[in-house]
Amino acid sequence: MIRFSPRDWLPSGRALAVVPPFAWLVLFLLLPFLLVLKISFAEMKFGIPPYTSLAQFQDEAIQFSLHLRGYILLFTEDQYVRTYLSSVKIAGITTLVCVLIGYPIAYYIARSSARVRNLLLLAVILPFWTSLLLRVYAWVGILRNDGLLNNLLQGLGLISSPLEIYRTDLAVYIGMVYAYLPFFILPLYATLVKMDLRLLEAAYDLGAKPWQAFWQITVPMSRQGVIAGAMLVFIPAVGEYVIPEMLGGANTLMIGRVMWNEFFNNADWPMASAVTCVMVLLLLVPLVYFQYSQVRQQRQAGGRA
Amino acid sequence: MNDSRYSAPHSADPDEFVRVSDVVKIFGDVVAVRSVNLSVKRNEIFALLGSSGSGKSTLLRMLAGFEETTSGQILLDGEDITSVPPYRRPVNMMFQSYALFPHMTVEANVAFGLKQEGVDRAEIHDRVFEALDLVQMAGYSRRKPNQLSGGQQQRVALARSLVKRPKLLLLDEPMSALDKQIRQKTQIELVKILEQVGVTCIMVTHDQEEAMTMAHRLAVMTEGQIVQCGTPQDVYAFPNSRFVASFIGSTNMFTGTIVVDEPDHVAIECAELTRPLYVNHGVSEPLGMEVHVSIRPERLLVSREQPDGDYNWAHGMVSHMAWMGSYALYQIRLDSGKTVEASVPSRLLAQMDAPGIDEEIFVSWDADSATVLAS
Repeated sequence: MIRFSPRDWLPSGRALAVVPPFAWLVLFLLLPFLLVLKISFAEMKFGIPPYTSLAQFQDEAIQFSLHLRGYILLFTEDQYVRTYLSSVKIAGITTLVCVLIGYPIAYYIARSSARVRNLLLLAVILPFWTSLLLRVYAWVGILRNDGLLNNLLQGLGLISSPLEIYRTDLAVYIGMVYAYLPFFILPLYATLVKMDLRLLEAAYDLGAKPWQAFWQITVPMSRQGVIAGAMLVFIPAVGEYVIPEMLGGANTLMIGRVMWNEFFNNADWPMASAVTCVMVLLLLVPLVYFQYSQVRQQRQAGGRA
Repeated sequence: MNDSRYSAPHSADPDEFVRVSDVVKIFGDVVAVRSVNLSVKRNEIFALLGSSGSGKSTLLRMLAGFEETTSGQILLDGEDITSVPPYRRPVNMMFQSYALFPHMTVEANVAFGLKQEGVDRAEIHDRVFEALDLVQMAGYSRRKPNQLSGGQQQRVALARSLVKRPKLLLLDEPMSALDKQIRQKTQIELVKILEQVGVTCIMVTHDQEEAMTMAHRLAVMTEGQIVQCGTPQDVYAFPNSRFVASFIGSTNMFTGTIVVDEPDHVAIECAELTRPLYVNHGVSEPLGMEVHVSIRPERLLVSREQPDGDYNWAHGMVSHMAWMGSYALYQIRLDSGKTVEASVPSRLLAQMDAPGIDEEIFVSWDADSATVLAS
């Protein structure tokens, strides 16, 4: 027999506490995404809005049509495929460089004395006080053929003709690593600073030389921080628009630029939406894997406590 | 190295295994360890006993190699290890919080030290399980440290520090992370394992009971110095200062002046006692000198009848009594206003019909019960 009591219907206190973040996610993440998903299956038309609706009443029937033009184009025109691959490659290399540069920085900050540590952290966070746009413009000024860097090198007599960095992939890498490095350093720092240094002493005590202790103790114990930081770099880097637009060359292929083109230059909303949906999918896979691996690790750690 | 500077000032003991000579450690403007000399025998369990800030942990960390000595020398089995880095010392340490590697299984934790040495895998496996068997943890080899209880973690930490067969084992507050109930049992177990393995061991503790239960010899440290060193029995029975007397066990302390000084006895006049103290052995302090006298609570006898003689007794009133099971701890307010503690075995208490609070009572002690201290 099923009995209904008011308690089954009234939300408990715990449920109420989850409502605000949940509502936020639904309103500002899920609904907009569903809108974009809907548009990606529509057909382009001239008018406001510039796309057809999915359901139409015609000849006493509701016709429901999903237009796959955008998705078919995505997978058949290799321009799009190449752009996706190029975006992932650029984001991947950016992430890798951030790991290589950011790890020593985070490590150094975490092992500094408390006073120095706060100063260094401030230095890492400081750039955020200026708009990203301005900072990227500054890089334009530095990397241009007649920019600061080339003037300096030429003035010193190290090079005779200017280095071509501006409007190349290299400039994009420089800008991206510069912009995203703090996002890698901060979570990794948080992991490293929490580490119990007695573990390193224990490792030395058991015969591990400093670098052996580093590889066997510090690196595995900071794995979560590295993964979190790498995700924070990789995910936004894939969809980055501003930096490749301002520093990259005509052949720097990034999905953010394609999206911009479809939306604003071609006014092809369904196509732009399809590009977006596939990108979200592309980013969800590593995220879900990350979440899964974290849950699994927590379960392993706390399992039979 | 200037050899003449370190040529043994003391006659070398053939049993001597660890020698700490004039070791000093200064952090900035704080002197943590000031000129410590120490000699530990082979297979001995030696305790450094002191309260926090006494320098005992700094000394241990210098033995492990985590801290450099400011000056002085540490010899292990005749070899100067003063400036050998920790990873090259044949010394292993069991850390206070165990410092087990949380991302490794029990087996990997114990294997870690052997892996660094490049021991081949089959031998690592054998020795790891030999060590785990020794501490009865072989059944837990696949667990992670956070899946173990405190006592189990401690045994894994012990196995990890023994598996490399160190010449010297260091224990840093080995029992501090354990519940009080299992401490004593664990202390005895630990000593059994150490004696079975036959390893020289230096431990640090602030718990005098722990030091007395486990150590063959102990050194009491305060303010970066060793103030007394000896077997637990000797240090307890013959403390050389008021500090040691009250640090090792509890004691009743009196201050007085020597009024009779003969080779076979002394008498001490004491404001806190109505009758003088009589001690049946000579002392090195001269007549008229102010001295301190320590009498342990278990040496104070309690009676309703006034004791015979003119020495070594006092009259007072019971101000508090705590029943401890095998004995009762009495606090007695003497006529002078001073409160003394006496522990009375339950068996005696039953015979004399235990005195209650506010009852008048006499305390007395034998002529060999008091220890005379100059400082």
